[in-house]
Amino acid sequence: MKRVVTSVLFFAGLVAVWQALAAAGLWSPVLLPPPGDVAHYLLKAVKDGSLLEASLVTLGRLLVGYLLGCLLGLPLGLACSRVQALSDTIGVLALGLQTLPSVCWVPLALLWYGQSETAMLFVVVMGTLWSVLIAVDNGAQSLPPIYVRAARTMGSHGLHTLIHVVLPASLPFIVSGMKQGWAFAWRSLMAAEIYVTILTGYGLGHLLHFGRELNDMTQVIGVMLIIVVIGLLADKLLFAPWERFLHRRWGTGR
Amino acid sequence: MTLPSELENPVPAKLAVEHVSKSFQTKRGNLQALDDVSLTVGEGEFVCLVGPSGCGKSTLLNLVTGLDEPDKGGLSSDGLKITRTGRERGMMFQEHALFPWLDVLGNVLFGLKLKPHLTPAERLQVAKFYLELVGLKDFIHANIHELSGGMKQRVALARALAPNPRLLCMDEPFAALDAMTREHLYADLQDIWSRRRKTILFVTHNVREAVCLGDRVVLFSPNPGRIREEFRIDLPRPRDINSVELAGYATRITRALKSHTGTTPSAE
Repeated sequence: MKRVVTSVLFFAGLVAVWQALAAAGLWSPVLLPPPGDVAHYLLKAVKDGSLLEASLVTLGRLLVGYLLGCLLGLPLGLACSRVQALSDTIGVLALGLQTLPSVCWVPLALLWYGQSETAMLFVVVMGTLWSVLIAVDNGAQSLPPIYVRAARTMGSHGLHTLIHVVLPASLPFIVSGMKQGWAFAWRSLMAAEIYVTILTGYGLGHLLHFGRELNDMTQVIGVMLIIVVIGLLADKLLFAPWERFLHRRWGTGR
Repeated sequence: MTLPSELENPVPAKLAVEHVSKSFQTKRGNLQALDDVSLTVGEGEFVCLVGPSGCGKSTLLNLVTGLDEPDKGGLSSDGLKITRTGRERGMMFQEHALFPWLDVLGNVLFGLKLKPHLTPAERLQVAKFYLELVGLKDFIHANIHELSGGMKQRVALARALAPNPRLLCMDEPFAALDAMTREHLYADLQDIWSRRRKTILFVTHNVREAVCLGDRVVLFSPNPGRIREEFRIDLPRPRDINSVELAGYATRITRALKSHTGTTPSAE
């Protein structure tokens, strides 16, 4: 409870500083609108449904691409950790591509797939796949070998060992890799949406872009706030339960 | 419901090690961990392997469990050649090797889940039986990191016993524990062994520990790893590690060990 109060006070303070700066009139209200105006835009956008629609479009793209990236990255990472030849080929490729900021996939995706959902999906998958793959590979390779040995003496072999020992034992690495993959996917999707108008649906990135084109700072700041909130919620809802589980079981953290 | 078949003690395994050699490539060259080692262990016998580090004791356990393969020679359990790991030959390690992603019960259930003929309820019953046997029935849902060193080794023992192996290899399982905890475990292990008769191969540096637990103590010397001498321990059970007779045996064996290797193992 005390932690909630601390947080609320902090953010209330931030808004108060914002309000004070806007009221001081140092900058034009076009450049720095007061919090009330931004709230007004958000309320309007919620009412006419444009905000919800854009959020759903963006989250839909993100979820599908992210799940696809994880579904490819997990087994590939496990396979790389077990088979030297795969580690020397796919593993090296993944390491290289992971250093590529995922926004860099946008031009290529547009040329390949045009201004389509497929292009968006491609960018998100590229953002997710490599970091998940590398995290799983690293995690599975840095396991203490004694876990696998102990499992074998209890009659575990092959695929059973992979699924019931290697995979859960690498969980701390996997969760942090999936978190990183999520962050990369989220950033690359926003960049793609800001750059590219996709006619099949306007996402949050598009709203942000339109805000700039219309010189409407309340919309720009409002959409940015929503993007931040979605990022926070994703962290709390998707990853915090796993991290709590890891801390409890492994006895790490506070 | 009772589980007579699952909780029944199977006949302990008879182990035969015949002319086994095993070497490893290390940075400093070829290490002959075992050189022409032969050993037979009878049904339900408790054999302790003693010797300084690097004399191949642990290597021998790895061969017996099937975690490793010998370069030369062969191992058989009840006349069947040992080619791979199997749940009829369990293993307990010096590090507890418990799985941190599972709780205490989950760890004990791990091997039981590999027995397809058991129902989930039966597995639970068997797991609880063994946790009670090692005195941890109140810690079923504890996380591994919450347990003390001695408790972790008790869980490891329950986990190794749960699939009902006929032979149990123990690789210095108590070496990392403090003296008090160890003394408790000596008493408990003897009690458990009297109830769950297994053939046991027990590796240790500690001569008194070997005398306290073993029917037979086998001395190894390193470089290359060979068996030098065997001692039969004719003391009544349960044995107290602090008894005078036991100390007498330990002194004799320590002296023999020194004469073979020129080094002193821990004789505490």
